[in-house]
Amino acid sequence: MAEPIGTLRRPALSDKRAARDTVSIKAADPCLRVALRAPRESVAAVSTALGVALPSRPKMSGSDGARSALWLGPDEWLVLDQAGNEMLPALAKVDAFHSAVDVSHRNVGIIVSGRGAADVINAGCPQDLSLTAFHVGACSRTLLGKIEIVLWRIAEDEFRIECWRSFADYADSLLRVAARDVSSS
Amino acid sequence: MLLIRCPYCEEDRPELEFRHAGEAHLVRPSNMDAMSDAEFERFLFIRQNPKGVVFERWRHVHGCARFFNAARDTITDKFVTTYKAGEPKPTLEGAEE
Ligand SMILES: [Zn+2]
Repeated sequence: MAEPIGTLRRPALSDKRAARDTVSIKAADPCLRVALRAPRESVAAVSTALGVALPSRPKMSGSDGARSALWLGPDEWLVLDQAGNEMLPALAKVDAFHSAVDVSHRNVGIIVSGRGAADVINAGCPQDLSLTAFHVGACSRTLLGKIEIVLWRIAEDEFRIECWRSFADYADSLLRVAARDVSSS
Repeated sequence: MLLIRCPYCEEDRPELEFRHAGEAHLVRPSNMDAMSDAEFERFLFIRQNPKGVVFERWRHVHGCARFFNAARDTITDKFVTTYKAGEPKPTLEGAEE
């Protein structure tokens, strides 16, 4: 005899509860951000002005205190300052050719942490997030579902996702649904 | 999922991060105003589109965002090689000059 098809009951707040078991998804504190472009000849001068060495290798990040530079491309970085210290005044004094745009309010940061963090992000991100391919400190512009993000591994089981402000609800919802699946598997 | 090697990121990355950007090694003419309509049509629209190895521009749009070139086999969809923009066209078996 055919089995009746049942439906799985999901309590209204199950997403939020499930997320607590293996992964935590929370908004990052506000921070300052600069979209930076600089040719190789300018990297030293710009690094000095920022007080953090701009990494020159793919997927590398570098930090000094609360300030971090994330490699996005051969002449492109996303620079974050999590202490709220302005970066543009110092950069404005650099004679070496470069472009720096304050995008602090364009992005939203989301912190995904816990032992299920990589699995949750991999629900929407096609990159290999194993520790050998995406080591602690690695960063990359990539995709999360249908939006572009910058992903940064700040600890073995902790990631920071930077997405555009208008995509933040989408990113948060996608991660929460993924967290439900990861914690129930 | 198809993996494509980005010559700037120096690793294989998922195809979702990339976008195709047309035939590679097209040289933009310097004397456009002196060209006939037929010559301009040849530059702007006419492409080789061979069966087999093609040379294409690709962009790692959701990665390092750089344009690069790739040789791809249109029969197998295999990427034969990828190389940075500005580097010479490699000599490959089965590819037209
Ligand atoms: Zn790349």
